[in-house]
Amino acid sequence: MRREVTVVCRCNDVTREDILKAIEMGIDDFELLRKYLRLGFGPCQGRSCVMIAARIFARAKGKSVEEVLSNYRVRPPIVPVPAKYFARGLKP
Amino acid sequence: MTFRRGRRLTFTFEGSPLEAYEGETVAVALYAAGVSVLSWSSGLGRPRGLFCMIGKCSSCFMVVNGVPNVKTCREPVREGLAVERQRGWVPPADAAELGEVETRELETDLLVVGGGPAGLSAALEAAQQGLDVLVVDEHLRLGGQLLKQTHKFFGSVELFGGLRGFQIAGEYLKKLESNGRVRVLTQSAVYGAFRGGLVGVVGRDAHYVVKPRAVVGTPGASERYLDFANNDLPGVVGAGGVQTVMNELGVKPGERALVVGSGNVGLIISYQLLQAGVAVEAVVEILPEVGGWFVHAAKVRRYGIPILLRHTLKAVYGTEKVEEAEVVEVDEGFNPVPGSEKRFKVDLVLLAVGLEPDARLFAQCGAVMRWSPDLGGLVPLRTPGLETSVRNLYVAGDASGIEEATTAIIEGRVAALSAVSKLTEGSRAGRAAEEAERLNRFLWEEYRASPLLARARRGKQSVTVSEEEMEKVRALSPPPVSFG
Repeated sequence: MRREVTVVCRCNDVTREDILKAIEMGIDDFELLRKYLRLGFGPCQGRSCVMIAARIFARAKGKSVEEVLSNYRVRPPIVPVPAKYFARGLKP
Repeated sequence: MTFRRGRRLTFTFEGSPLEAYEGETVAVALYAAGVSVLSWSSGLGRPRGLFCMIGKCSSCFMVVNGVPNVKTCREPVREGLAVERQRGWVPPADAAELGEVETRELETDLLVVGGGPAGLSAALEAAQQGLDVLVVDEHLRLGGQLLKQTHKFFGSVELFGGLRGFQIAGEYLKKLESNGRVRVLTQSAVYGAFRGGLVGVVGRDAHYVVKPRAVVGTPGASERYLDFANNDLPGVVGAGGVQTVMNELGVKPGERALVVGSGNVGLIISYQLLQAGVAVEAVVEILPEVGGWFVHAAKVRRYGIPILLRHTLKAVYGTEKVEEAEVVEVDEGFNPVPGSEKRFKVDLVLLAVGLEPDARLFAQCGAVMRWSPDLGGLVPLRTPGLETSVRNLYVAGDASGIEEATTAIIEGRVAALSAVSKLTEGSRAGRAAEEAERLNRFLWEEYRASPLLARARRGKQSVTVSEEEMEKVRALSPPPVSFG
């Protein structure tokens, strides 16, 4: 039987436990947490996980979700792009 | 209701032939064939199946004709296609095998991102007002979530009362097709906006660089996900995902279901499941009262489905798909009450716990964002004309805050008319501005006066600022991108 886990970020398999452990280690900034765990850095670009993670983080740190998300940044590409779209010039 | 299916064809799954119908996506063809595991996850090697079914999550990624990370809920099934389960992240083929994609440059007056109710109405309004319009949508066909809405809309004929969602989409498509000013790119997605006001689009067969004079962003929303044990097991599906499978494509989604959330979506999907022959064991609601409208709750109760108030989902169990779900009662502080666990033998767990606006496009453009629990999450700050702090970038529909299809349609028109009033001159600009104001008055003073929309109204009020205030916001947070 597989271990029971609560998955927050499906793309990169980040669990609730991982987030709580990182907070315990002293990570006190949400963007730092995201970079450390690669949370929301997968192909869906955080569409499922960022809000759940923000809520978990807010609860654990006694902050509001708005505060937690205040320096949240989104960078392109915002959807997965097949490598061939950008691969011009890579041909041997 | 009848479902028109395309011609039969054969594709292969893990080397074995499977039958499907033309017009289906790969994900649905596999689901209909009883395949629940689509991939094994990257880090923990866990089985993954369908979740959102509308191209927002990453749960349906598979290897198609040797290409990894293909979103199979957006990939049309074709004769001879070779589909395989993805095991972790598969490296892409080497550069020589990638092939080359042509880049095409396009200019347009108005770029509409997303072809759901808000996008369709924005596109039609702008085209009727004389703008050239380009609509970009990820799906195989336009219509967005209207395509799976089989229930009839309430309200006046002008607001499509009496029509079903997919019929409304049909009406729009007919009008857009006969209007020569609208170009459409389906199976295409905006991947970002860049300096100089350029927008990148991954097209079906080409890379587009679009230079629009204005953009109406109507990317919609995604299903909210929940944190409970084994929440990623195949069989845990977004309610909207199940509607896609069941109502848009006519495939029975399971045998026994548990629905989490008693809002309108949870209630409507419950009786749609019954109509499709699926047994609904219970509807679970964490709050002490039903979230949805009385009319829908009464219908569910009449069918004998228990609505468990003050309960939440604790865990689901199963090896490769859901076999059992465990529900627990909660106290006033939403903490689980020990010993109150109940187990249900189900193969389908539907999450109908709300939607989350898709904020990525606006946030990436540098629009000033606001967090609004009343609207479902992060949304762009906007003027009454729905312009964001990024000049000539408008927002409409669920992306502006979760509401419903009728308000999305009206917002789409307001955004388009605001754009027309800025991009044109003279009497046409004046008439467009007046019409936008008339629609806004109707929206705010009549339509949203309904107590059923009170929460959304409050939320939208809190993220709307006057033109003058927006100028101050722009001065404080100048966006890196601008259009026009």
